[in-house]
Parts: sequence; structure tokens; C-alpha cells
Amino acid sequence: MPTHTIGDYVPLVDGPEKVSGRAKYTADLITPEMLAGRILRSPYSHAEILEVDVSEAVKLPGVKAVVTGADCDKGFGVLPIARTEHPLARDRVRYCGEPVAAVAAIDDATAKEALKRIVLKVRELPAYHTVRAAMAPDAIDLHERRPKNVERDVYFELGDVETAFAASDLVREGIYNCPEVCQNQMEMHAAVADYDAERDRITVHASTQVPYYVHLMLSQILGMDMSRIRVIKPYVGGGFGCRTETLNVELITALLARKAGGCVRTIVNREETFITHRGRPETDIRLKLGMNKDGRITAVECECFQRGGAHSGYGVVTILYAGSMLYAIYDLHNVKYAGKRVLTNTPPCGAFRGHGTVDVRFAFESLLDDMARTLGIDPFAVRRANLLPSAPTFTDNDLMVNSYGLPECLDWVERESGWKTRQGKLSRGKGLGMACSHYISGASKPVNWTGEPHATVKLKLDFDGSIVLLTGAADIGQGSSTVLVQSVAEVLGLDLSRIRIITGDSDVVPKDNGSYSSRVTFLVGNAAIDAANNLKAVLVAAAARKLEAKPDEIECLGELYRAGAQDKGLTFNEVVTEALKGTGTITVTGNYSTIPASHGGKKYRGAAIGGTMGYSYSAQVVEVTVDEDTGVVTVDKVWVAHDCGKALNRLSVEGQVQGSVWMGMGQAMSEETAYHDGLLLTANMLDYRVPTIQDSPPIEVGIVESNDPHGPFGAKEAGEGSLAAFLPALTNAIADAIGLRFNDLPVTPDRVFAAIEKKARGRKSNGGAA
Amino acid sequence: MARILQLTLNGRARDDAISENVLLLDYLREIVGLTGTKTGCDGGECGACTVLVDDQPRLSCLTLAATIDGRRVDTIESLVSDGRLSAVQRGFHEKLGSQCGYCTPGFIMASAGLLRRNPRPSADEIREALGSNICRCTGYVKIIEAVIYAADLHAAGASP
Repeated sequence: MPTHTIGDYVPLVDGPEKVSGRAKYTADLITPEMLAGRILRSPYSHAEILEVDVSEAVKLPGVKAVVTGADCDKGFGVLPIARTEHPLARDRVRYCGEPVAAVAAIDDATAKEALKRIVLKVRELPAYHTVRAAMAPDAIDLHERRPKNVERDVYFELGDVETAFAASDLVREGIYNCPEVCQNQMEMHAAVADYDAERDRITVHASTQVPYYVHLMLSQILGMDMSRIRVIKPYVGGGFGCRTETLNVELITALLARKAGGCVRTIVNREETFITHRGRPETDIRLKLGMNKDGRITAVECECFQRGGAHSGYGVVTILYAGSMLYAIYDLHNVKYAGKRVLTNTPPCGAFRGHGTVDVRFAFESLLDDMARTLGIDPFAVRRANLLPSAPTFTDNDLMVNSYGLPECLDWVERESGWKTRQGKLSRGKGLGMACSHYISGASKPVNWTGEPHATVKLKLDFDGSIVLLTGAADIGQGSSTVLVQSVAEVLGLDLSRIRIITGDSDVVPKDNGSYSSRVTFLVGNAAIDAANNLKAVLVAAAARKLEAKPDEIECLGELYRAGAQDKGLTFNEVVTEALKGTGTITVTGNYSTIPASHGGKKYRGAAIGGTMGYSYSAQVVEVTVDEDTGVVTVDKVWVAHDCGKALNRLSVEGQVQGSVWMGMGQAMSEETAYHDGLLLTANMLDYRVPTIQDSPPIEVGIVESNDPHGPFGAKEAGEGSLAAFLPALTNAIADAIGLRFNDLPVTPDRVFAAIEKKARGRKSNGGAA
Repeated sequence: MARILQLTLNGRARDDAISENVLLLDYLREIVGLTGTKTGCDGGECGACTVLVDDQPRLSCLTLAATIDGRRVDTIESLVSDGRLSAVQRGFHEKLGSQCGYCTPGFIMASAGLLRRNPRPSADEIREALGSNICRCTGYVKIIEAVIYAADLHAAGASP
């Protein structure tokens, strides 16, 4: 009988390596003769570079290469329209910590000593660490062609917002501040580059989510033909978006390796990893909603400012997502959005998990909850009053929604949390709050439009009867390799042990755009299914030949192929032997491309951002206890339901959803960066406070399967969509518990305590009235 | 200054010439080549470098190698026996206590240390024992499940 694993609890195919210490991450790739790379960083937030004097560093015995901005005049950046960054600053430094020089030496101590001997001479410029300062009338521009330091100004109005507000029963506005947060993935950034001077070739090992983008940028920065570059992605210790673009670390290491004519390993420490950043920008939101007495949202007006940092990065995309993803969760019609992405003298932001959607969702779900309470509508009822019409449907900004499990998500968390019987009846200081969120399953349009399919997978089958799955999809811990192996095995009815997977080596695997925007399961998963179907056709044809039957008479039972139930049939190995006759080793290709209807619209500039083949949906209930004497908020429990279309691997879906919720908890309760005149003060895990196991609640996961018509076996994303809902569900729960609403994150004990004190003082001065 | 370090590392006696100021973490990774032990921070913040010194969890990034002379050190590489995963390793693998895997060796060593002194820990005792290890992937829910499962396997005879 065929073997099936789709929908089971499947441990990761690369799990044994990870739990035994055998998994090699970039920093683990130690060879005896390798050189140690170190980066010198600017102590200035904004300055014109007059000179980088490396003469004393070069003379130090043991130093093999020193590079500065003079070694590379090319820009890099993930978006072809915004390649404004240099691996090592040229002419100007734009944030405190920006690389200005780097050294490769025989050991780390020598490299460190060499850095001390480099003299940086600058003329300091005014530095802007906030959106307001960078946009001030007299501010100088950080970059050319970015007047007034605005990276992108987004504006759209769909419908008639003013008229709709005027006709609403209730209109309310809220101001929200979400500070900058950082991925703080456990593996610090690292790169190993090995330059072969004889052949003028380079091999770069990078801790990245996007080996292909690294390949492109290495070619650009080194001025080397892409065919001379090999990029290998070893095991990667998490990403959460900070590695969805090429980082200066891998580019600098490559420049060093070429100059030294050897192999260089650069490991940047935790402080430098924080400074490399690419986190979620500080976001200021003004949100206005109109609502009728029945809970229907009549109009939305959202203004959003993002402090983007010193370089463009993904900035244009982030500010567009913040607007476009107002849609596709509720049935909205009159929507106005004005977003500004601003360049500042702080480390560059990036595409943190839930890219662009999280902070706006926090504002939206907070205000929705607040208004529902005013109108006496239950928080669940107000969401139900605004559900999308049944899928398939298109939103006003032309986003395609084919499956919509949000109603079932609401039902699940309402039931499991005991909402109806418990909400409003808990003891003093305890509260329940809820909220919803959604996310894309891969952007429908790739960053680099090449005309190739969106995803390609290869399968190799040889004399030994094992199938090798070749993919460029980067497993960074999310379990993509496991899902791809499962997908191929499922189609062929084989046990997972028949299939080996090779990922992340550009010499071997087909190109993949990378692991971001939750694209791998949907896009690469579909390509894997296509490849497996193509292989199955070859095997069925071979079996038919051998059994002297027609292909459509062949029954594939995994390890057995037969022509009818009476047939003894052929074993898998016998079929393989037959299939190889005349052709030798079999390789098949599987492809997948998104459909044009999913590409988003043209109603405003940038309207394609937000387009995807499938949206995931999430609903959450959070239960809190607020200690009114100390301001400490404890999350007692979280119930989360996630519509992932179909859970291909239930273990991974649960793990991804729990991890998302928990990461949202960090942002909501304790995580934020802080700067003093541009100097990052929180560049360690004590000051940047990540929740520990002692702070972390039980998180109960309900899986909702809406079976997306285009998803692989019906699946959609599971790794990002549940993050955003935690933030407003928490603040809604606190409002339920103590009647105080927090619009500024994170909700730290001192903030809660101050608000309780203020309320108490107000009560006294009002003669006891609340 | 260099000196000779004598210790029992993963069950094997070793003599190595080391500098006085080398950290146990760097000794393990860069000199011996046992890269299973990870560096996750700039010192004492994350627990990724946890090893066992005489069965007690210890942050190897805050330990001078010279101070463990004559001691017994076990790293993540020591747990597999006869090629098979130990109870804690199996727990982390089968219950998805490990996603990206980077914090995993530290968590596993801290958990192994816990099971060696307390074979049947409660969830709260697990939280306390793992309170100085940071994981950024799992939200810890499945880590607690993994350790409880490992304790079951350990009770049934598997090595921790």
C-alpha cells in the first residue's frame, strides 16, 4: 500500500543532525589555514569620510588583506530600484556601526589589533535619528534621489472615505506607536569565503535565507561573472526576515578573501548582529475607523510613518504592505492610506516576520475592539459582522482570496477559550482579549522578474532506487525541507526514507528565490508535486512497458506497480531498473508559477505588493493577569487558530504557529531597541529583552483547514500569519482586565504601573469617579 | 602564557596545550573541533554554549578552559551512544523542541543535566532549569513537551 505522511506529525528530516551537534552552521566550517575576518565600524551616525588610513594596519605582521570603501564602488540592495548601500561605506557613513573597513589576518587577535591601527578621518554631519528630524525642512538628504529623506510616499483612496465617515454611527481615531524590534535569531551572522586565485572563482558560505540573492549581489559587488561564483547555505540558525536580503557580512568577507587570495571566515558578534539589523521599523500610526451600530466598518483612514534606517533595503515594499494588507481580512470598501518610509541615521530596517503587516494590524484590531465595546458589541461579533463575502472573491485593491478560514478560526478560539462563559466574569485583574490577523503565502510577483517559473524543483533517480530532491529552497529551521520531501513522497506513495534532499548549493541545486514572505510551502511545494508527478509518469510508463500494459492501466502503490489487482506486479526497484534502460539516470523537473489573477492590481502605484496565491488567517484569544501593585502583566494562556489551508506537517504547523505567537509576545511585552545619539544601547540579549521560558505561556493551537484550491494539497502558509494578532489580543485583554488601553508598545510593567497610577490620581481628583 | 590542560572530554582523556586566557567554548570549538557547542551571544546571555562539567550545566563562554583542569566535560557530541540518539535528543527531535537547531545543543545539555539530578521534573522544574537558555523559534512550548517525553524515555531505560 502507498505510504502517506501528509497531515501527520512528522519530525524534521534534518532533526537528527540538529540534536546531535553534527549540523554545521557557517561559523562551524573551520579549516586549518583559514583567515579571521573582522569589520571596523563607524562610531559616527552621519559623517563625510575624509580618509580611511589603513597604512599602519597593512604593516602589522599576520595581516593578509585590508579592504575599505575604495575597494568597491558598486552599490547593493535587494530591490533593483534601490541599490543604495555599499558593503563598506564610501564618501559618507550614515549610521553608527556602518562598516568602513575590514581586515583578514592569520588569527582573530591579529585582526582585532589591525582594526585598532586604522584611522578614520571624517567631517561630522547633522544626524537624524527620528522620522520627525529626518523630515524637518532644514534636514540634509542622506541619499541622492531621495528628497527630504522620504524613501517612498504611498497614497491611495479606494471608495469615498469622507462621505462614508459622515454617514457612520461612530467614528473614532487612535494614535499608535510600535518601536523598532529586531529578529535576534540565535545564530549570529557569519560568512566563509574561499577565493581560488588560479581559477578566479569564489565559494561563499553564508548564513542566509536567500542564497540566490547573495549570488546576484556577490557578482555585482565583486564584478565577477556569476558562473565564477558558488554560494552554499549551510545550516542556518533562524532568520525571521533579517537574512532575506544580502548582508554586508558576506560581501565584505568575499572582498577580503579575494584580496587575500585565500579563505576567510568572518563571525560578527551579537552586538554587530544587532547593528546589522534588518528588523521591523519603528512605526507611528494614526488610524481612523467609521462604524455603524451593527458593527459594520464603514470607512478606514490610515496614516503610517516608518523609520527605515540609513538604507533602502526592503523599505518600499514594507510601506506598501502596511497599506495593501489593510485588505483581505475583512470586507472593507472606503479606505484611504498614506504611508511614508523615511530614511534616518539608524541601522537599516528589513523584512521582519509578518513583513509590513504587524504594526498596522495592532492598531486596527485595537481600535476595532475599542469601538465595539463602545457600541456594546462583543469582540467576536464585530469581526463576524465584517467577514469577507464567501471565497473566491477579490478585494477593492484587487487581491485574490480563494480560501477563507477566518470564520472557523473565530469559532475555534471562542469555543476553546470558553469565551462566552468566561469573558467579563473573571476575577479582578484578569482579562480575556482577542484579535485576528492574516498573511500572504509568498508574493505573487518576484523581486527580480526574469521570466522563469516562480519555483523549480529537480528530482534525480538512479540505479540505487533512491530519489534525490534538489532544491534551492533554504531551510532555516522552518521545516521546508521536510515538507518538500513529504510532498514528493506523497505523490509517489513512498516512505520518506526513499528520498534524500540536497539544498542550498548553487553548483548542484536549481535556483530558488529564497525563504521569505512564506513562499516555500506554497510555491516550491507545488513545484515539488509537479516534479513528483513527472517522475511518476516516467515510472508508470516503464512499468507499463515491462508488464505489457497501457500506462493508464498501471496502478502505482508506492513500492509496488501493477496492472490490475490480479497482477503480481513489479517492485519499485524493478520499475526503476526498467525505467533506466536506454536513458540512464533519470532527472525530472517540476515547476510552478503564480497565476496573473493573483498579481494584485494597478489601482495605485505599488498595488502589486500584497498579491499572493493564498492568504492564511489567524484568530487568537489571550488570557492575562495584571498585577495592579507592580504593573506586571502575565500571559496565562493563548488559544490560537490558524487557517493554513491544509496542515502538511501538523508538528511543524503547530511549532510555527507557537513560535509566531511567542515572537508577537516579545514585541508586545518587552522587546524594543533604544539608541543614544544613534548608538544602539540594546545590542545584547539582556537589554533587548526576549521572553524566557519562565515568561512564556502555554499556547494551544487549533488548525483550520480551508483547503485552498491552488495550494499544494490545499496548503497555505503557517509561519507568519499568527504573529500580528497577539499584539492587539494582549492589549485588548489588558483593557478587559483593568480598563486601560495601551496604544504604545511594548506594554512593560513600568508603563502599566504609570498608567494605573495616573488613573488612580484622576479618580481622586474627580472625587472618586472613574 | 601556555599551559597543559588535562581533562576528560566526552569520556576520553586529553592533554592539550592552551593559552591561560582561552575560553572553554573556544577550546572546544576551535582547538578540539567540537563545533556542536554554539556561540550565541557576547557572554552569558543565551545559554547556547551550555556544556556539562562534572554533570553540572555550565556556560562554556564564561569559563576559562584552564579552570576545568582535571574535570570531566561532556558536550552535545557525547550524548549519542552506539550511533543512537539519547532520550533528550530523541525528545527534542520527535517533539520538535528544535527548529533551526542553533540553541538546541545548549538546551539539550541543560536538560540532560536536569534529568541526571532529577529524573522526573515537573513543568515548573523544567522552566527553572532552562530559564537561562534562549530559543527564538519555538516559543518553548514544545521544548517543555520534549523534556517531559525524554523523562519518560529515560524512565523506560534510555540514557538521558
